[in-house]
Amino acid sequence: MTSEILTLTIEHIELVLVTLAIAASMGLPAAVMLARRARWRRLVVGFVNVAQTVPSLAMFGFLLPLPLVGGIGKRTAVTALTLYALLPIVRNTLVGLLGVDAGVRESAEAMGMTARQILWQVELPLATPSILTGLRLATVATIGTATIAAAIGGGGLGVFIFRGIAMYDKWTVLAGAVPAAAMAIAADEALGWVEKRSLRSRGMANGE
Amino acid sequence: MNPILEIRGLSCRLGGREVLRHIDLTVEEGETVALLGRSGSGKTTLLKCVNATVPASAGEILFQGKPIGEWDRITMRRRMGYVIQEGGLFPHWTVAANVGLVPRLEGRPEAAVTARVDELLTSVGLAPAQFAGRFPRQLSGGQKQRVGIARALAGDPPLLLLDEPFAALDPITRFDLQQQFLDLRRNWKKTALFVTHDVREALLVASRIVLLRAGRVELAASPEEFRMAENEEARAFLASAGMGDL
Repeated sequence: MTSEILTLTIEHIELVLVTLAIAASMGLPAAVMLARRARWRRLVVGFVNVAQTVPSLAMFGFLLPLPLVGGIGKRTAVTALTLYALLPIVRNTLVGLLGVDAGVRESAEAMGMTARQILWQVELPLATPSILTGLRLATVATIGTATIAAAIGGGGLGVFIFRGIAMYDKWTVLAGAVPAAAMAIAADEALGWVEKRSLRSRGMANGE
Repeated sequence: MNPILEIRGLSCRLGGREVLRHIDLTVEEGETVALLGRSGSGKTTLLKCVNATVPASAGEILFQGKPIGEWDRITMRRRMGYVIQEGGLFPHWTVAANVGLVPRLEGRPEAAVTARVDELLTSVGLAPAQFAGRFPRQLSGGQKQRVGIARALAGDPPLLLLDEPFAALDPITRFDLQQQFLDLRRNWKKTALFVTHDVREALLVASRIVLLRAGRVELAASPEEFRMAENEEARAFLASAGMGDL
């Protein structure tokens, strides 16, 4: 049992990391583009919001028949988890970018910075704490939701939970639930700490 | 006579509203021109047309004899120092990094940037050893504006654009900074376009006052002429400062 807990925990972590890598590499550039396009922003944020409201099991159901992203197994799980992880990432990145003080952006432009310099040297650094919040929320949510992946053969700690439910065995359920919960809490704490540090290193909070 | 800025028949339309109507204004080298007007009179928009952050809808602006449309925007803006209310400092950069912005963008060597930053901080009355490493939120309002002015001067621009730089300061700090600005003007011989809604400030810092009303130039006069002007809007401004009865 112990070695299985370990194996499934590692599998769970893999699911989460792959999901976050994909969601971040799609969500961050998307948010940067959307920050400058109000009409597209409403459309895309609307879509991502709707995706969020689809119950996870129903989402798997929708994805199963699709080619490439669907089917039984990890790929479908990652696709669904990515769709869920996109919302906090896109929304918080947008909040961070749009929240950059108008006077700061105005003077950056007036001092002769190029659009690219403004993005990389001013907007993104100032949005970083908010971006990190989005990544933290996405991570914690994904760790929890990833337990459902077992329903479609995606593996991870959900395997114990579904097995425990099938066997009416609370200990088997807990063997999956406890490590998943611990992982979520640990991720929340660790990323929360990174967030605070990033605020401090940007001169935006006390503690120098 | 050597005009640094020539504005001819400038109109600007923003959101369907005519913000500037047919502005003619020539700024000679070494002048400090105050753009005085009520809120909404178009003075800030005029400043933004000059550095091409807001597009003009008609007319033309020549900077150093060349239409601003022919300038590379980035190059041109680096030759126009810019100061706004509250400084517009980058909150995630230290004072030294903020002040060194333009020289660093221009690719000057780091040692030269540091020397320049120290020189400028000293000239605006901030000891480099004490202030260079601070972040903007560790500064008072007056100190932020001093840093903002130092930043605007860093690239040695021939023209300074100031948008109500001292409006958010308490009266005593504001007076200190106005004096500082006068000192700097004497020492650095900069040309400046200075937006303000404070007639006392305009009379104090400007060599010429351009009064704007509803997007038009209502009056252009020296401070002495302005005090004596019969113009209704000018009288209203003077009265608001307790200088109405002569």
